[in-house]
Amino acid sequence: MSIKTARRIRLTLSYLVLLSAIAIVVYPILWVIGSSFNPGNTLSSSTIIPQNATLAHYKELFAETDYLIWYWNTLKICFITMVLSVIFIGLTAYAFSRYKFIGRKNGLLLFLILQMIPQFVAILAIYILAYQVGLLDTHFALILVYVGGLIPMNTYLAKNYYDTIPKELDESARIDGAGHFRIFWQIILPLSKPILAVIALFSFISPFADFILASILISSDEKMTLAVGLFNMIKNEFGNSFTLFAAGSVLVAIPIGLLFLSLQRYFISGLTAGGTKG
Amino acid sequence: MTHRKTAALLSIIPGMGQFYNKQFVKGFAFLFLAICYFIAFLDFLNIGLWGIVTLGTEVPRDHSIFLLVNGVISILVVGIGLGFYYFNIYDAFQNGKKRDHGVKLNTLKEQYHNVVDKGFPYLMVGPGFLLLIFVVIFPIIFMLLLAFTNYNLYNSPPAKLVDWVGFKNFIEIFSLEIWRETFISVFAWTIIWTFTATTLQVSVGIFLAVVLNQKEIKFKGIIRTLLILPWAVPAFVSILIFSGLFNDTFGAINQSILAPLGIDSIPWMTDPFYTKVALIFIQSWLGFPFIMAMTTGVLQSIPGELYEAATVDGASNWDKFRKITLPMVLFTTAPILITQYTFNFNNFNVIYLFNNGGPAVADQNAGGTDILISWIYNLTMTSAQYSKAAAVTVLLSLIIVSLALWQFRKTKSFKDEGMI
Repeated sequence: MSIKTARRIRLTLSYLVLLSAIAIVVYPILWVIGSSFNPGNTLSSSTIIPQNATLAHYKELFAETDYLIWYWNTLKICFITMVLSVIFIGLTAYAFSRYKFIGRKNGLLLFLILQMIPQFVAILAIYILAYQVGLLDTHFALILVYVGGLIPMNTYLAKNYYDTIPKELDESARIDGAGHFRIFWQIILPLSKPILAVIALFSFISPFADFILASILISSDEKMTLAVGLFNMIKNEFGNSFTLFAAGSVLVAIPIGLLFLSLQRYFISGLTAGGTKG
Repeated sequence: MTHRKTAALLSIIPGMGQFYNKQFVKGFAFLFLAICYFIAFLDFLNIGLWGIVTLGTEVPRDHSIFLLVNGVISILVVGIGLGFYYFNIYDAFQNGKKRDHGVKLNTLKEQYHNVVDKGFPYLMVGPGFLLLIFVVIFPIIFMLLLAFTNYNLYNSPPAKLVDWVGFKNFIEIFSLEIWRETFISVFAWTIIWTFTATTLQVSVGIFLAVVLNQKEIKFKGIIRTLLILPWAVPAFVSILIFSGLFNDTFGAINQSILAPLGIDSIPWMTDPFYTKVALIFIQSWLGFPFIMAMTTGVLQSIPGELYEAATVDGASNWDKFRKITLPMVLFTTAPILITQYTFNFNNFNVIYLFNNGGPAVADQNAGGTDILISWIYNLTMTSAQYSKAAAVTVLLSLIIVSLALWQFRKTKSFKDEGMI
């Protein structure tokens, strides 16, 4: 067998592998897009290439369900969570990276442990606490819980990044008479924009993807998030509103997918930074 | 008697030691804070601490669970108070010591600067930490305590009082047959799930990255974008779509793919074995793109000379993959691969959203595909076995914490050289 033939076989096999991978990846996505244009309501009538394609489900989604409200709720919650998390995490990580204070070591250890225990193992306690302080069924409670849950892991991310900024920079600024906060604001903050952007992305996406906390804390229909709303749509009367669900998921998947694809290199850099330098 | 001892002893009443050291403003501040603390919290602490010991004595006046909540908060408040109290004595002692050595004490202005200086890190950490205490730490302590009570559907307030029962829940999990068998089978599946699903997603990711990054392959950009789609689409959406695709009677997998091939419908949702197969497939589908994207980055950073040298030495492609590519990739991505395993260990979403942890299985009180975390959820939300769920949570946390501590010993983040 000549080198050329061997190469041709290898390339053909490679393309076959890639093509089948693409088929497996794309099939469910195309299928759900197809289903959303299907005239029927049920799962059994869902096909990948609809006959008599219709926009009826999209109209129904806007006219007869709270879909748009869920969308708005979700974006609002994600955005506020993002802003608060970046502030809290940026400050906390700065203290852990630059100052020696009583409790620093134990604090770091605590964060390390907390980031490994998923927050929702304690849903019952979170529920009871929210009930007692009268915040059940409010977005405020949900946001607080999200921000709190994001702090441990992302503080590590930010701290590791701050650690790579030379300490000489702070010191020379201090000699020039800059105060603590000024050093943070004018030196550290501008230099740590990349990691703060990554943290902002993470803290936007994780409330978006959360199902469990939102399903426990929120009960009224007009306060639900997309994850809970879509879940109820598919599980309540399974099969009967499947095409409606399909339309709903298409409208979630496309904008978020595009946003993600345009920002994916930040995700990779963020996740790698968090993992390698721990 | 030395100044330091006198000052520290006087500080048993907050502020007095500072007065003795002639630091009047500070002394007033301490005294004032202490009085405020008692006025604000005395009643609350009294009831809270009584409540957490007894969990209530009278129905329907006392609601055990609320008493437990208040009790935990009281303990946190007492903790903060003790910290403050300790600091008050420590401060008096230190300043007394300065006087013993004849060192001049800080003036009010210096004290102020000192507070700002030393207090700055606490000011930065404070807000985030306070939030963390209430939404993360408090709930975990609460669950920990709940594991030692008999709170469940039949024994719940306001109709009944909950009591402390010691280790009864843990003993029952391991001694009552139904609990023991469920725990063992759920735990076994959690481990199998974590290893197979993660290993598969990692291998597929690395494999596709290597195949895609051969230099002769064309349209790399488009192929990569297509393959990364599962990562881009929110996971909950994909999982719900899969639960439709895998539906036993109407799903497209049985109807449009397997039926034309002459394969009978497979009970994806009703047979535990097939549900497990489907779950592992779905998790690989969801998880491989990230590994692929990351591996691509590593591959592009491996110097080409390595491969050229290997070719000169007569290495085959397989040799190059085994001796150069794979070690490089695994070495650089090892820490992230570990986080992939811990992620799947607690991967609630895929298990719950796909088939609710089901299908149901005889002789155990967990579904056929429940992992520890989804079992805890179902025990709490569906069967109202609150204290048992809490006990399982404690066991789960113990496993996780020991892993975390093991990892902690190997990290550098805890060294604090070069800090203020």
